Amino acid sequence: MLRRTLLATAALGLSLGLSTGAFAAGMDKVKACFVYVGPIGDGGWTFQHHQGALELQKAYGDKVEIAWQENVPEGADAERVLTQMALGGCNIIFTTSFGYMDATNAVAAKFPNVMFEHATGFKREHPNVSTYNARFYEGRAVQGTIAGRMTKSNKIGYIGSFPIPEVIMGINSYYLHAKKVNPNVELTVVWAYTWFDPAKEADSAKALIDAGVDVIASHTDSTAPLAEAAKTNGAVVGFGQASDMAEYKPSPRVSSIIDNWGPYYVKRVGALLDGSYAQADAWEGIAGGEVLIGEITDAVPADVKAEAEAMRDAIAAGTYHPFTGPINKQDGSPWLAEGQTAPDGDLLGMAFYVEGIQGDIPK
Amino acid sequence: MDLGGINLVTLVASLMVAAVPIMLAAIGELVVEKSGVLNLGVEGMMVMGAICGFIAAVNTGSPVLGFVGGALGGAALATIFALLTLGFLANQVATGLALTLFGLGLSSLLGQGYNGIKPPPTTALFGPLGEIPVIGPILLGHDWMVYVSILVVALVWWVLKFTRTGLIIRAVGESHDAAHALGYKVARIRFLCILFGGAMAGLGGAYVSLVRVPQWVDGITAGAGWIALAIVVFASWKPWRVLLGAYLFGGISVLQLRLQAAGSAIPVEYLSMAPYLITILVLVIMSSGRGRSALNAPAALGQNFHASR
Repeated sequence: MLRRTLLATAALGLSLGLSTGAFAAGMDKVKACFVYVGPIGDGGWTFQHHQGALELQKAYGDKVEIAWQENVPEGADAERVLTQMALGGCNIIFTTSFGYMDATNAVAAKFPNVMFEHATGFKREHPNVSTYNARFYEGRAVQGTIAGRMTKSNKIGYIGSFPIPEVIMGINSYYLHAKKVNPNVELTVVWAYTWFDPAKEADSAKALIDAGVDVIASHTDSTAPLAEAAKTNGAVVGFGQASDMAEYKPSPRVSSIIDNWGPYYVKRVGALLDGSYAQADAWEGIAGGEVLIGEITDAVPADVKAEAEAMRDAIAAGTYHPFTGPINKQDGSPWLAEGQTAPDGDLLGMAFYVEGIQGDIPK
Repeated sequence: MDLGGINLVTLVASLMVAAVPIMLAAIGELVVEKSGVLNLGVEGMMVMGAICGFIAAVNTGSPVLGFVGGALGGAALATIFALLTLGFLANQVATGLALTLFGLGLSSLLGQGYNGIKPPPTTALFGPLGEIPVIGPILLGHDWMVYVSILVVALVWWVLKFTRTGLIIRAVGESHDAAHALGYKVARIRFLCILFGGAMAGLGGAYVSLVRVPQWVDGITAGAGWIALAIVVFASWKPWRVLLGAYLFGGISVLQLRLQAAGSAIPVEYLSMAPYLITILVLVIMSSGRGRSALNAPAALGQNFHASR
């Protein structure tokens, strides 16, 4: 049901995008506004969006004015903030959390001349609403490769936030690629039910370590799992998530997945400036520069590093898709046939583990 | 010592650590409430303690001074609460809630530039003794704050139960008018209790940023202060039950993660809500029949006092 809705809206959005074409005929100065769900100081998700905003400022100088609001609750408050921004002269408004989806579309209806860009959403009900997301699962494939090679106990762990397609996609990609290089690998998933609760994330990492896991990946926003891994004196390694988390180099942080929104923001505001702006449904990954693989440190053997970098480059070049068949679902039923790659619709509505992962996805 | 794939020794050892912040904050709030003041700003005081402790520890390189700084930060915020509620007779509930919001904002401001820094490590008290099987990890393997938190609970219990100071605090909390008629300085006693509560909350917050996580990010306490408030009610204002409550709440949160890691079939949602269900159950049982006195809540809780009345 959800998948069909997704596909239908995607199709609708695409047709709208094609029919409406370019918007204004260029502008001299753009005011770009950002709505953040958390504090800029979270060191993760919101921090990276703000880095993108600053990059935008740097790219265009005086031609762009940026403004932002932090800690905006999802729901009615978001509508008020968006309305205020639209009335306050913003030409383009980036709403950077999934929960702003309905508010973004509702306010966009009232301000047809203001462009709205919603991160990680799928609703584009009006011609002035675009959506953008990043293919984080591509980064997970690279980290999974490192995890499969690095583990000595053959037990790797994953701290999940919420059981939504975005997160499940990452778990599957991570597991598939660890399994590919190490057939004995076992994946343990712990759901923290939070995007950001450092103490709970640390506890999750501790629980995994006590269960014998020696490589930890996380889909929550803080560096707490790395801090917990650091207490093991190199026995447990992990990855930076959302931002580079370089302070834990060279171990336990052996690599990272970095959300790099700057290029997208620069591209979209640039299009607004030169008049080529059109509605979009962007979902770029390593190739587009939105997903960066943080430096693989010397704690990783050179051959493993080379293998991981080769995968990164193959994904960037478009010669390899992380979800390439044959892949079965957890219950053994076939999902992708030999050589077949996963359609985006399947990924965006993903609600199953691939074959080999133990445990159930919480409902 | 394995049970369903979970090692009981590491479970107990880690729940003792997980319980420290909420236990410290809850025992402080217990004293505050015993004196008749309801301070809902525990979360704000905790997060202030977390950043002040972090700043102190990073700049001095000493975790001990970090905890002192955390206690001072929590107490400083509590002073504002005391001035407003004791001095200007502001509504305690509203002031406490405002204190939380203020604390979250102020800590974020103070924390600018402290993201991504590692604090000096807090070491285990008994060093290699923690390696002894079974009793080592549970009794001897912790950092010194774990023992301090238990000592504080014991001290508060002793003071409230056996000393004249404890009697006065309880008298002020049960009937400030009677205590005032006997010549006790109600406002002064409450002020000191509020300061103590703030210092303990600050200490709890500092434990999060210096030991549990250890780093600074905005909103690092993530609701621990609210759990501490719930524990005070769950404990029916008795110190040792605070310890029990903190271990129960901390234990279940640690246990549910371990059950997941061990591949247990019990849905995690049930365990996550278990502490809150128990709290509700305790409240229902305690408030049935014999009324408010059975609940053991201080009679003057939440009421402002002014001597001229």
